[in-house]
Amino acid sequence: MTASTGVGELSDIAELQKRTHPIRGVVALILGVIALIFTIGLAISLGAADISLGTVWTAITQFSPQLTTHQIIHDIRLPRVLGAALVGASFAVAGAIMQGMTRNPLADSGLLGLNAGAAFMLAVCFAFFPGMPYLLLIVLSFVGAALGVAIVFGVGSLSKGGLTPMRLVLAGAAVSALLGALGEGIALYYRVGQDLAFWYAGGVSGTNWGHLKILSPWIVIAIIGALILSRSITLLSLGEEIAIGLGQRTVVVKVWGMVIVLILAGAAVSVVGAVGFVGLIVPHFTRYIVGHDYRWIISCSVVYGALLVVLADLVARIINPPYETPIGALIAFIGVPFFLYLARKGGKEL
Amino acid sequence: MAVLEIEHVAIGYASTLIVDDLSVAIPKGQISTIIGPNGCGKSTLLKAVARVLRTQDGTVYLDGKAIHQLKTKEVAKKMAILPQTASAPGGLTVFELVSYGRFPHQVGFGTLRKEDYEYIHWAIDVTGLSEFCDRPIEALSGGQRQRVWIAMALAQGTDILVLDEPTTYLDLAHQLEILLLLEKLNKEEGRTIIMVLHDLNHASRFSHFMMAMRDGKLVIYGSPQEVMTKENLQNVFHINAEMAVCPYSKNPICLSYQLYNKKT
Repeated sequence: MTASTGVGELSDIAELQKRTHPIRGVVALILGVIALIFTIGLAISLGAADISLGTVWTAITQFSPQLTTHQIIHDIRLPRVLGAALVGASFAVAGAIMQGMTRNPLADSGLLGLNAGAAFMLAVCFAFFPGMPYLLLIVLSFVGAALGVAIVFGVGSLSKGGLTPMRLVLAGAAVSALLGALGEGIALYYRVGQDLAFWYAGGVSGTNWGHLKILSPWIVIAIIGALILSRSITLLSLGEEIAIGLGQRTVVVKVWGMVIVLILAGAAVSVVGAVGFVGLIVPHFTRYIVGHDYRWIISCSVVYGALLVVLADLVARIINPPYETPIGALIAFIGVPFFLYLARKGGKEL
Repeated sequence: MAVLEIEHVAIGYASTLIVDDLSVAIPKGQISTIIGPNGCGKSTLLKAVARVLRTQDGTVYLDGKAIHQLKTKEVAKKMAILPQTASAPGGLTVFELVSYGRFPHQVGFGTLRKEDYEYIHWAIDVTGLSEFCDRPIEALSGGQRQRVWIAMALAQGTDILVLDEPTTYLDLAHQLEILLLLEKLNKEEGRTIIMVLHDLNHASRFSHFMMAMRDGKLVIYGSPQEVMTKENLQNVFHINAEMAVCPYSKNPICLSYQLYNKKT
């Protein structure tokens, strides 16, 4: 098939092979993990009561329940920070998958009513079924996210001509606003507003090991699923027809992608509420660094999404002690200027 | 011998049928071209052939088997498709995009093997893109971009190439380069080429088999000699064509034309 001319051809191929050694991806991943571990350490040590990093290390490696500092670290700080990391990773990966699947650089899990649906369901749970066990709450959060998507697709398909990408986005915005308002209405009427506010504003701060035990399997499995799916997402991002032409079963990929996004968004919303930006910004940031292969975009989004939220949570605690600033505001504060910087620099996709 | 058999296909969306009751057998190892005015359904037919669109009625058979029953990856190993409008996500380099053409042949984690690199290298080389290997696609001109997509289809290494208007956006020289490349692939490697072309004369010069469509129906099909007649062009395109003979292929070509007013 190839008119091989010997050595000349071979050296060219070796040249080509250099291009797929993803140096950038590996470096970005390693740097990100280092930064994440460091920030986690920092997040545990700083706060209303400052604890030295050395103590943090001993608390993790040689935990002794008698020491108060170790107790603070183990029971309060560590689960909280881990929760923040999981939430960040979830939103970021969900956003990356959404952007790849919908070929919309402004997509995240909030686009199709996922976040709003989950938040609405949580409001309903608080109002009508107070004291619900956490496991059930999370599952209902997933259901709420699925409901949100279903309504968006339903509304988008109603008019003549059916579903178009534009209609999908518009329906997503409308349904998100509707569900958000309904959720608030229920919270007001049934006077669970404070409970919800505590739940969300606490957000990660309310996280304890019990929560983490229930939350983390879902998130970890979904992230593993996302990594497995990442190559297919790359192909899908080239366009539906191209993907079909290359032999991909696009319907299967989309279904699995949506399921993963549902789980990730549902889980994350159940902890911090419908926080935006993480899913939007982090994939753009990672794409800027590592290019277009979603294997790298998704793996780096796990790390950098976690980093962003852990950082935001840390700042939320130390900015105005002993009060806690809402984490959503902080994420926007950190994220938006960065997003604007990316928009100016990157330019091509936005 | 037919590689693709299209039997009584009806293709459309919801209540509107774009192609209705179309049957034709596309020969193996030859260059076949679909021509027709805008909106006649040629792209739609091509998409159904490529199993990108499902037919409402009728079946497309690939090598004797119903195409929608075959595993799509298996089809992708036999048939590569170049759609009409393809836009790549920003920042993708030429090499990266062409390498995706190897997807149907990859297993597991999807790392490229030596064989994959050979195909990619050849595809980039033969479309004249070697110097652009690392450039992001949006830095290329429209014509160069088109060649990248063609390279991706070539990297797929299939026996059948289905191309929807591969020469639109290309200048005269590049148009001919692509067509000559396709002709070479057909002659030297026996690949089956199926394409939609707007340029009648290119279609006539390079095809063995032509199909002319209008309003979702196949008006006439056969060799260029049979299809490219003044009367057929009148029926299909509503033009009054002045016919001549191609100095290179000896097939009939349209020298120039006037509008054909059906009322006169």
